[in-house]
Amino acid sequence: MRTLNECKPKETITVVRLHGSGALKRRIMDMGITKGVEIHVRKVAPLGDPMELNVRGYELSLRKGDAEMIEVA
Amino acid sequence: MSIKIALAGNPNSGKTTLFNHLTGSRQHVGNWPGVTVEKKEGTLKSNKEVTIQDLPGIYSLSPYSLEEVVARNYLVHERPDAILNIVDATNIERNLYLTTQLLELGIPVVVALNMMDLVERNGDQINVDQLSKLLGCKVVTISALKGTNTLEAANQAALAAKAGEATAAPSIFYGDVKQSLDAISDLLKGKTDAKTIPFLSVKLFERDEKINELVTISESDQEQIETIVNACEQKADDDAESIITAQRYEYLTQIISKSVKKNKQSHELTISDKIDKIVTNRILALPIFAVIMFVVYTIAMGSTSFSIGTMGTDWANDVLFGEMVPSFFDQLLNSLHVSGVLYSLIQDGIVAGVGAVLGFVPQILVLYVLLSIMEDIGYMSRVAFIMDRIFRRFGLSGKSFIPMLVATGCGVPGIMASRTIEQDRDRKMTIMTTGFIPCGAKMPIIGLFAGAVFGNSSLVATSAFFIGIAAVVVSGIILKKCKMFAGDPAPFVMELPAYHLPSIGNVVRATWERGWSFIKRAGTIILLSSIILWFLQGFGFENGSFGMVEDNNTSLLASIGRSIAWIFYPLGWLGDMAWKATVATITGLIAKEEVVNTFGVLYQYGGELSETGNEIWTQVAADFTPLAAYSFMIFNLLCAPCFAAMGAIKREMNNGKWTIFAIGYMCVFAYVSALIIYQIGGLVSGEVTFNVFTVVAFVLLIAVLYLLFRKNKFSRQEH
Repeated sequence: MRTLNECKPKETITVVRLHGSGALKRRIMDMGITKGVEIHVRKVAPLGDPMELNVRGYELSLRKGDAEMIEVA
Repeated sequence: MSIKIALAGNPNSGKTTLFNHLTGSRQHVGNWPGVTVEKKEGTLKSNKEVTIQDLPGIYSLSPYSLEEVVARNYLVHERPDAILNIVDATNIERNLYLTTQLLELGIPVVVALNMMDLVERNGDQINVDQLSKLLGCKVVTISALKGTNTLEAANQAALAAKAGEATAAPSIFYGDVKQSLDAISDLLKGKTDAKTIPFLSVKLFERDEKINELVTISESDQEQIETIVNACEQKADDDAESIITAQRYEYLTQIISKSVKKNKQSHELTISDKIDKIVTNRILALPIFAVIMFVVYTIAMGSTSFSIGTMGTDWANDVLFGEMVPSFFDQLLNSLHVSGVLYSLIQDGIVAGVGAVLGFVPQILVLYVLLSIMEDIGYMSRVAFIMDRIFRRFGLSGKSFIPMLVATGCGVPGIMASRTIEQDRDRKMTIMTTGFIPCGAKMPIIGLFAGAVFGNSSLVATSAFFIGIAAVVVSGIILKKCKMFAGDPAPFVMELPAYHLPSIGNVVRATWERGWSFIKRAGTIILLSSIILWFLQGFGFENGSFGMVEDNNTSLLASIGRSIAWIFYPLGWLGDMAWKATVATITGLIAKEEVVNTFGVLYQYGGELSETGNEIWTQVAADFTPLAAYSFMIFNLLCAPCFAAMGAIKREMNNGKWTIFAIGYMCVFAYVSALIIYQIGGLVSGEVTFNVFTVVAFVLLIAVLYLLFRKNKFSRQEH
């Protein structure tokens, strides 16, 4: 199982499933990261965390620790 | 007929700009009852009958954030006559996600499609008529920045409100989910306002944890709903919330494919992307950030020839409140032949006290212009992106960096700069810890003791800075493990909006709002405390009778100092200096510069004291042992800040209990730190013999270490 935090900059992947629950999961979904959506990893912040993603045509920043609950392919 | 229109939309969609355009200066800024979310209301420029209620910027109507709960409770209970939903056309898919939820509320909705000019510049096309047909509501294209069509959008919303025809909920859901939602709707029929049923049935399906605030459901209905949802979840092999959001976005993808034509070559980078590539580049990001911060700091609080903030403040302190205002009052009061007491009250109490605080206004305004620009162009979220890694380790946000940096100049604008932090928890913690950073006014205290007791060692000043930073870090770690902060989940899922030119109107307005609230406070809380301290300092018992005293040693303040000095014995404030140190600490509440001046007065130095009080160094050195001096310094650097900063804390917390907690925390933290340093340091150096307070010091040290290193039992996951 591969998760989003393991992805490298410039990779484009598809979301398979979201793990976890509660406020954080809901927020991630509300921001458009849902099953089947395509995510492009733009870059990682200078200090190695968080990551910058392009999803549904806009830029989103997500901590690696939170990206761990997003299963991708 | 008066009409109420709610203005709703995502953060960064241009909502504030649109609101300012629609209402102009006819705004009322307050707070939503019971929470620290700002509430703005205004009347429409072209029609006084129409009230515009600005809702907080939100992405969804989930129960998880304060802003979202405020917005949906308002929409469900207050039922505005229409919703004007501003949608950023450059980011249409995610913006319409909120729209689909607004459409379920049974209130007429008009969509204001903002930033269409940018969409067209990218070569994309949005078919507005088609979009309007698909959503089932009126769509008006506007440019909030240029002010094109904004009044037209508001008029359309007003018309929709007059017609009173609720926009029908679009058919988003399909399959089992639709059947389940229909079943829940049937249960609700007749039990609540029919118009809200589409919205409520979705919330019930999602097992919304704050559903009780929206509707009352009988237990048997609750059980039936649970069965329905359970069955649906089993079939879909996913949880209810995921099912709903997934179908919503599926629906949006369809709508977008029918109404938006993307320019196929648009994979090339936009100007914003190109800027971002450099600004948040792995290697360049930190240097660029440092340069920007340096420029902001220099212009607002530096001491160069283009530091307009400092120049303004110096002028206000030295000329305006140093000469002009006092000499004006001098002439006025002399011509009125007022008594000496009244003269002193006005000049020494009010003018000096309020003037000391108002002197900061130029620096605050300059700083705010710069911060508002950074916020408006979208750089502030990049700051959070760059700094997040460091600051979240001690429970703060990447954006906490700016308040802390500003606070090295003055804590007041520092605390006020915390406004840009969205997460409630991070903001509160930033407000509480920013005051620990040694500000400019604390420098003379450091200078006095470094010079008098430590032979001008630069180590003392450096250590003061490190202690300030350590206090921030230690407090951050301790506080983030406390229940009151851990209870608020603040996911750091942050949009990085496209860069755009700042709106001058927004910048001016934001700056003025903050500056004015500061000035107002100077006129109230600071005025009052100045008068009280003037009274305590100027009056006392002399030769057995009460009255104005010449000798400060006999003032009420001195008596208070003497009677409460015992509190500070454990910190090593002993002998004759104890009460002087206590009095100096109290006057430090007006402004920290006062600490040195007070020592001057109490050591009965007649003339004008230099900034770091060189003239009284010998007396101070005779009274203070190095350790006691250090303990005094630590306590004064960390304890409650000046009245102006306390006022800023109150304004930003917007809650009496939190204000008291924040200030109380700082005092306790300062006391504990000074006690540990004095007692344990004294035991090591031989200055203190083992006593009961040494035991207390060790116990406190262990307690602090425990609070620092205990497991965070409230965290979801520790990274």
